[in-house]
Amino acid sequence: MTAGAVTGSGLEPTGERPGRIDAVPVRHPGRWVAVAVVAVIAALIINLLVTNAAFNWSFVFQAMVQSPVLHGLIWGTILGTVFSMVFGVVLGVVLAVMRLSENPVLRAAAFVYTWFFRAVPRLVLLSIMGTLGILWQHGLGFGVPETFARWFGSSNAALSFATINANDVFVGLIGGVVGLGLTEAAYMAEIARAGILSVDAGQTEAASALGMSRGKTMRRIVLPQAMRVIVPPTGNETIAMVKDTSLMLAVPVSAEMFFQLQAIGSRTFQTFPAEIAAVVWYLVIGTVLMIVQAQLERRFGKGFGAMTGTQQGTIARLLSFRGGMS
Amino acid sequence: MPLVHAVNVHKSFHHNEVLKGIDLDVESGEVVCLLGPSGSGKTTFLRCINQLETIDGGRIWVDGDLAGFVERGDRLHRLPDKAISTQRREIGMVFQRFNLFPHMTALENVMEAPVRVRGRGKREARHRGLQLLERVGLGDHCDHYPAHLSGGQQQRVAIARALAMDPKLMLFDEPTSALDPELVGEVLTVMRELAEQGMTMIVVTHEMGFARGVADRVVFMDGGVVVEQGEPKHVIDNPQHERTRSFLSRIKAEHDEHARAIQEGLQVERG
Repeated sequence: MTAGAVTGSGLEPTGERPGRIDAVPVRHPGRWVAVAVVAVIAALIINLLVTNAAFNWSFVFQAMVQSPVLHGLIWGTILGTVFSMVFGVVLGVVLAVMRLSENPVLRAAAFVYTWFFRAVPRLVLLSIMGTLGILWQHGLGFGVPETFARWFGSSNAALSFATINANDVFVGLIGGVVGLGLTEAAYMAEIARAGILSVDAGQTEAASALGMSRGKTMRRIVLPQAMRVIVPPTGNETIAMVKDTSLMLAVPVSAEMFFQLQAIGSRTFQTFPAEIAAVVWYLVIGTVLMIVQAQLERRFGKGFGAMTGTQQGTIARLLSFRGGMS
Repeated sequence: MPLVHAVNVHKSFHHNEVLKGIDLDVESGEVVCLLGPSGSGKTTFLRCINQLETIDGGRIWVDGDLAGFVERGDRLHRLPDKAISTQRREIGMVFQRFNLFPHMTALENVMEAPVRVRGRGKREARHRGLQLLERVGLGDHCDHYPAHLSGGQQQRVAIARALAMDPKLMLFDEPTSALDPELVGEVLTVMRELAEQGMTMIVVTHEMGFARGVADRVVFMDGGVVVEQGEPKHVIDNPQHERTRSFLSRIKAEHDEHARAIQEGLQVERG
């Protein structure tokens, strides 16, 4: 760049240097059309919600706070989600580490697991969970399998450490949580694997060079950085899990919110408002989870140039839907 | 026995032989610079010393211990990972790309290994970490995350992090190659001070000024072998081998080219 280049520009030199810009902005007529269309649709929806008697809002809010519904909300929906996700995340991380292991047996085992549980639909699996007791009609025993025990001339009872009723395990909330957790682990394994692979190999090398063991390197160096990649899809998985707890009616699990609201709906012939009550609860939980997710993303973005502190409000960040509206 | 005693070291990657029999001894307190064109095997050899690469042939002893293996009867047995980690603790390494832990502050980076590997108390590690950051001129940057530090500052934190393990030997793998030219000096200054304090150092570098001024010995490598070695002034100013001569003249030409470009840049700015 030399000083001579300036005189070559479009403007004649007037001797006065150009000052503050006060330009006419570009008009966006399309935007106003869009506003009008959206406003009309919004008005129609609000009108429908307020004036249509079929919504029966007083019934909706009453149904939402019935004690079996609240019990189902806390146990089946919220705790069901928490337990399934904890189960799924822990098993998923273990599977991801197995997939990336140098041991071919562990790699293959993790692959087969993921293959199976990704292919079987959740509803089908949960339904199977409810009938799985048929495999262990005489109780689920822990110990040396009967067949082997007989070879050594011993009765089954002597080598069995504990026997429990199989139906206790697979029916009800535990069956539902196990079923959801098992499938979740297959998805989480893929998410965790992508997260672990996203961490630069130099990080592992630096940790090794400092004499850290493999396990410590994974826990202290790799996983905390992988979290940045793992947290957003895990948040989505959690929100999806809240919704999928409603599938537990296939087990069946009665301590679940949607199950209870449907029961109320059919008892009172108010099926539609009862379902709307479920929708409102799912919206509330979904909103809370999205806020939690945004907080977590900020926490694990530490040191990666992400926003820290209160530079940007959580709600504002949520509403911006990544990248913001223009 | 010298601190590092390498005999006939061989290493291949997928039938591509990178090291073809390296012999090198480094005495305690000595500073050795490895020079040579890219692909000559300098970095690979450095990584073999702290077992980031496993050697295929030869032996390396560090401080009297055979690296990576134990001799039982007349056979070598591979050491388990845990024993290899123990051997690595005594060797500090500084990487071309710094490889600081981005989710930790500068001080946390320096404290991590003493606390988690050596099992030192946090207060002791913090105190020592602050001292080390002070020593590399970053006492007031201890709470910064690596992303908020310049390349030169990051590399100095990386040096402090390696020193926190009280290593007997420091390995530097092209520590200034990823830096903007104006940041090279601050890292070399720290390295020079370290050398003056008697640290044993093996440095892979293209900084001829550093090699000439700081190294006790330079080793010129090419094609996976040591071509020649000796005092810096002998090897750099009066190389005996043709390959050393052509490498040095190429480096010099690049350096002159660089200097001329800067000169021209300055003239354009003035005009």
